[in-house]
Amino acid sequence: MGELIDAFAVALKAGLGFQAVFLALLAIGINVQFGYTGLLNFGQIAFAMLGGYGIAISVSQWGLPFWVGVVVGLLAAVVLALLLGLPTLRLRADYLAIATIAAAEGLRLLFRSVSATPVTNGTRGLSGFNAEFVALAPWDTARRYGILGTQWSGAELWVTAVGWLLVALASLLIWLLVRSPWGRVVKSIREDEDAVRALGKNVYVYKMQALVLGGVLGAFGGMVYALGTASANPDQYQNANTFLAYAALILGGAARVLGPVIGSMLMYFIIQFADTGLRTLIGNGVIPEGLLSATDVAQIRFVLIGLGLMLLLVFRPQGIFGDRREVMLDAR
Amino acid sequence: MPADQTPGQPAAGGAHAASLDPAATGGAPRLLARAALRDVAWEVGVPKPDPAIVVDGVTRSFGGLTAVSVDHLEVQRGGITGLIGPNGAGKTTLFNLLTGFDQPNTGTWSFDGRPLGKLAPHQVARLGVVRTFQLTKALSRLTVLQNMLLGAQGQKGESFWRALVPGTWRAQERANTEKAMELLGRFKLDRKKDDFAGTLSGGQRKLLEMARALMSDPKVVMLDEPMAGVNPALTQSLLGHVKDLREEGMTVVFVEHDMDVVRDISDWVVVMAAGKVIAEGPPQSISQNQAVVDAYLGAHHDAPLTIEEEDRVLAEAEAAIAREQHAEGDVIGSETRREENR
Ligand SMILES: Nc1ncnc2c1ncn2[C@@H]1O[C@H](COP(=O)(O)OP(=O)(O)OP(=O)(O)O)[C@@H](O)[C@H]1O
Ligand SMILES: [Mg+2]
Repeated sequence: MGELIDAFAVALKAGLGFQAVFLALLAIGINVQFGYTGLLNFGQIAFAMLGGYGIAISVSQWGLPFWVGVVVGLLAAVVLALLLGLPTLRLRADYLAIATIAAAEGLRLLFRSVSATPVTNGTRGLSGFNAEFVALAPWDTARRYGILGTQWSGAELWVTAVGWLLVALASLLIWLLVRSPWGRVVKSIREDEDAVRALGKNVYVYKMQALVLGGVLGAFGGMVYALGTASANPDQYQNANTFLAYAALILGGAARVLGPVIGSMLMYFIIQFADTGLRTLIGNGVIPEGLLSATDVAQIRFVLIGLGLMLLLVFRPQGIFGDRREVMLDAR
Repeated sequence: MPADQTPGQPAAGGAHAASLDPAATGGAPRLLARAALRDVAWEVGVPKPDPAIVVDGVTRSFGGLTAVSVDHLEVQRGGITGLIGPNGAGKTTLFNLLTGFDQPNTGTWSFDGRPLGKLAPHQVARLGVVRTFQLTKALSRLTVLQNMLLGAQGQKGESFWRALVPGTWRAQERANTEKAMELLGRFKLDRKKDDFAGTLSGGQRKLLEMARALMSDPKVVMLDEPMAGVNPALTQSLLGHVKDLREEGMTVVFVEHDMDVVRDISDWVVVMAAGKVIAEGPPQSISQNQAVVDAYLGAHHDAPLTIEEEDRVLAEAEAAIAREQHAEGDVIGSETRREENR
């Protein structure tokens, strides 16, 4: 029993940690694009990578101040959004999906390629760029802190706190936007863009704004991740993270302000709880070694997540926060 | 029914009507359009006294099929123009071209003397030419009231940065909401205002789409089959609404298949067939027009089959099926069968 409580504490920390912040910011961005505007961005991780590397390259390679790195990361994300959106947003929805998925893979391969090594340091990645950020912490970052039975290093706590502040600000921004006439236009574009055009709105501009905003939020997510791990490595930015963020969004409820936030916390909590819980049960022999070995756990936990998501879609298709009436309209 | 009601605020398009006659903001526009069209000859491409829309040499083809080929067409300002024609005549395609939703192969067209050829749909709409769609486009997961508010033009809160400062758009939003509720009342949808548009019936969606278009204070409304799939009682009230638009000084172009409806409300009727305008004139002139009768009842698919024809088609279909069974999985086989069924 005590072991399960330990597993719970570990999972709680994962659900509150900077990884959850990372996922939440990706998912909030996807919520703007997909949940509200109906855009399919399947390469959100590319924006995160530009955010993380924006800081890493600026600080480690070019010796620029931390804040300049943040600006570089954000600008890179805006440029990527414009490059992806300009040719595709006038076309059918699937073109953006294809372009973004290709960009995510392409950029990662580019960053780890030999020719990019002078800038990105290839597969070995970059590190040592977060000292200036950590120094901003108002508490002693060398110490360890205990919160709700979980252990945190001072630096980790600082990244996480800043991360959740970002999540709160992003949620406030989205809340303001979606209850404004701007939000009404993008939601209408999601429903039927021709109807919106016929009423005199420049659909292209709104889609572009949504794509850029979502991309910038993704870049913030990537920055939190890079600062949290104190390193930037191309293979941290696998596109599987994009789909994990979609799953978190659907779990929490799309087109809800807090859907992606709660979804991401829960997602990491469940992944970690399944992981530690299963290991504990295997360790004390409740699950026989022949049925499941500790080495299988990493895979099995995602199978469990998939199963959970399927059950969710059957019994609660709107996610945790969604409006069932709204989701059921599609079935008519 | 609303058809007999005096419209609440006849001045919505008043400035537009005033260009015709400054005194005529009341019940007169209808008579004005009728009177102005009385002396116009009943012939294709005839000039109108005060055209709002002028179309010149517009053609649009899809592959080998010429969907629209209109040499010259003028639409009288402040009148109700009915656009009729058999299925596939090119009515919707013409609407798409005029409102920027489709690009023609050749031709020019203008509104109030302003060429519209190069404009995107939203730019056309901002000039005051607003259309509805044959397949209704209700925004399902928005409420009825939100649907309406979307129609309002020049909204400050629709800009990204000002959206973040509610103070800049609250007052305008309130005014728009009032206007939307007034319109919803007229269209008997006010009690549905908080329902998702996706829960409305087909007829109610038609009403909503029309009311939403009116939120933009258009000068020209182009309605593509506004009565299709609407029950007869509701049709009567829709007709009333369309007539109200004319009383408010708007120019109305509408596509309709029901000749009784067309006769009832149009000041002028334009008949299309196979992409061309084949006749124009006041409603009573149309049923006597030989070209129109040919287009509808001639060798066209609208005409009912005779028994001999039916037998022939059946035999051909059976032969085709037999052929298809020999050439299994041959996609072309099923195509030819459909061709022969026509
Ligand atoms: N996007 C398209 N691609 C190919 N052909 C098209 C396209 N749009 C329309 N057409 C063809 O153009 C012709 C005119 O179609 P249109 O929809 O304008 O007819 P319509 O007069 O509105 O008919 P209905 O009364 O049935 O609505 C039809 O033969 C149709 O098949
Ligand atoms: Mg049509």
